[in-house]
Amino acid sequence: MDFPGGKVPFTEDLAWLGPGFTPRPTIPCYRALDSQGAPLPGTSLPHDIDQALATRMYETMISLQAVDTIFYEAQRQGRFSFYMTSTGEESTAVASAAALNPDDVVFTQYREQGVLMWRGYTPLDMANQCYGNALDSGKGRQMPVHYGSKALNFHTISSPLATQLPQAVGAAYALKLEGKAAVAACYFGEGAASEGDFHAALNFSATLSAPVVFICRNNGWAISTPASEQYRGDGIAGRGPSYGVPSLRVDGGDAVAVYNAVAEARRVALERRGPVLLEAMSYRSGHHSTSDDSSRYRAAEEMAAWRARDPVARFERWMAVRGWWDEARGVGARKAARREAIAALAAAAKQPRPPLSEMFSDVYDEPPPHLVAQRAEVEAFVRAHPETLPAGMPLE
Amino acid sequence: MAAILRAPGLGAVWGTVRGLATAVRQAEPATAGLDAKQMNLCSAVNDALHIAMDENPKTLVFGEDVSFGGVFRCTVGLAEKHGKHRVFNTPLCEQGIVGFGIGAAAQGYSPIVEIQFADYIFPAFDQITNEAAKYRFRSGGEFDVGGLTIRTPYGAVGHGGHYHSQSPEAFFTHIPGIKVVMPSGPRETKGLLLSAIRDPNPVVVFEAKMLYRTAVEDVPTGDYSIPLGRARIARAGSDVTLVGWGQQVLVLEQAAKELAASDGIEAEVIDLRTLLPWDADAVAASVEKTGRLVVSHEAPLTSGFGAEIVAAISDRCFYSLEAPPLRIAGYDTPFPLVCEPLYLPGVQRVVDGVRRLLRA
Ligand SMILES: Cc1ncc(C[n+]2csc(CCOP(=O)(O)OP(=O)(O)O)c2C)c(N)n1
Repeated sequence: MDFPGGKVPFTEDLAWLGPGFTPRPTIPCYRALDSQGAPLPGTSLPHDIDQALATRMYETMISLQAVDTIFYEAQRQGRFSFYMTSTGEESTAVASAAALNPDDVVFTQYREQGVLMWRGYTPLDMANQCYGNALDSGKGRQMPVHYGSKALNFHTISSPLATQLPQAVGAAYALKLEGKAAVAACYFGEGAASEGDFHAALNFSATLSAPVVFICRNNGWAISTPASEQYRGDGIAGRGPSYGVPSLRVDGGDAVAVYNAVAEARRVALERRGPVLLEAMSYRSGHHSTSDDSSRYRAAEEMAAWRARDPVARFERWMAVRGWWDEARGVGARKAARREAIAALAAAAKQPRPPLSEMFSDVYDEPPPHLVAQRAEVEAFVRAHPETLPAGMPLE
Repeated sequence: MAAILRAPGLGAVWGTVRGLATAVRQAEPATAGLDAKQMNLCSAVNDALHIAMDENPKTLVFGEDVSFGGVFRCTVGLAEKHGKHRVFNTPLCEQGIVGFGIGAAAQGYSPIVEIQFADYIFPAFDQITNEAAKYRFRSGGEFDVGGLTIRTPYGAVGHGGHYHSQSPEAFFTHIPGIKVVMPSGPRETKGLLLSAIRDPNPVVVFEAKMLYRTAVEDVPTGDYSIPLGRARIARAGSDVTLVGWGQQVLVLEQAAKELAASDGIEAEVIDLRTLLPWDADAVAASVEKTGRLVVSHEAPLTSGFGAEIVAAISDRCFYSLEAPPLRIAGYDTPFPLVCEPLYLPGVQRVVDGVRRLLRA
């Protein structure tokens, strides 16, 4: 029958669909490696990972782990105010980034620094941002980990959750109108997926046929709130088909599976000129951030069990099976990555702060008269009270 | 000092007449003689929530990460004591939190909802401004959501950057139908929060998050409340009136001390406590006495709540004013990280401003 709201068949059965009545089957989780990293026979792998690619993915994940460990420690020592690790989700970020094209436009939440690193953002770039120094492209205006890079097609991170989702859909639509063979890739947590913006984004992406690849990082926790209190039904992937968005669940700790899922998602999004939703299942192995102590709300055994499923170790074993990696190389690469992270912090710490003159720039393209006046006021104030100028901040 | 600076004239006469009406007001809470203990602002909130939950079985407490105690630990122990059906986590959705609170309140419950940071209240703005605030009016008084209280931490902390620092109160003072409260310390917070919870109108309470741990003082352990809509004279003075709210009151008190010590200027500091409805009588009475007004807030200058106070006081006290009222506020930029010390209206800026005003 053609209702204005949809073409639907009739039935004589008064039958409910859904939990407690006719539950829909749980979407299974696509994977290529077992929990130890052994390849699973019969996995469909439409996108090959050759040795060079695998090596780069592995090295990026190692670098990410080194940066996370060392920057986390630096924060604990009071070198900067805040940090967030992506421990447990390294493969989700790095393997997905590897499957994207550099022209693809990326929107993230905050725990996806691996994507940026894959694109060429260095530990030094990260350190400069965390220190908010003169070399931070964000000019020291945002908290640590709020990276961004126009050159790397990576929109600057903003703390308010889920706002990037509808934005990614709009960006994808613009890419489509321009006829570009690129998608918008949009990352977010399962907690953020409870925001209204998630629902707006999925609906818009389907109705406006936007080539966007949504990548949900379902790491089981939104600060202290477990996924079991975040949603009912079949997770985040389960929502996609209801919005008209093809959806897939993938083992986020399995770099081979994530790579294939995202490469395929990208292909589908471009071919169909429409959205795709992925839900990468993993575990937030670290605390939410340096402001959090997760032992307050989750069991030590749970954390230990998941740490044992380290995604990087899984990938390393897969590479070793192929003869592409050995222990000694791994040790060397880890050492080098640590050295680079430590050197980055040391170098960033030496930089001055951005100049005071940047205090009023970029609010608009050009400062309007009231900001010109306020800037003069601050400059006069600093001249009268030089001690109020933050340490290490030049005037110009 | 005051005598030198204030030329008696028509303004002073008006000041006396208008000042009389408010002269007898009692601004301090009637907490003298109550048992008290040292509490920080976070414990004061927690204490108020326990009292509210004990007294009214229809009181609910919910929001993001509330059940384990909240990211600021304000709701610790509530779920254990009052039950998980009354104290619970919600999915991560501010519009959902406030909308759900409105529904429960309309059914006669008293939901106290937490928005994790004031910076994240905006997804709920529609529910607050179009729904909570108009529920009573649009139904001809048949329905109301007076049981609803929205608690949210606001303000600068030294390292919060754009999204963990903002003071968005002015957006909310532009909403007829809600009340807006911004307490300045632990004792104030407990008494004002209890009034907000019991007030038969929806109330937004902005809690000074920098003070959650750092401000410690004697707080009565029992039940007491501080009336909404009544300002407090935090420091008496005769030369200039400094008006602030929330954590800015501490800056004003500090500035007043410095002005007294270095210049012999006696500033009167008014803690506004409630912004909507605000205590214009108290501010006017003070300005009629001092002849000079400074309003200070962390939020950006333009369209900040200082503008409202200056407009109203200029109107009421025009003939008592000896200098143009002055606003010392955050600048009209997004809240910055590394420039935070210069962005904020700190003690030095207030001191400079008052000196300028008194020279005028
Ligand atoms: C609109 C909004 N509300 C609340 C917050 C505070 N907050 C920051 S992160 C977070 C949890 C997010 O969890 P999730 O999306 O699952 O991502 P994860 O941290 O697990 O990677 C919350 C509640 C915020 N940043 N923005």
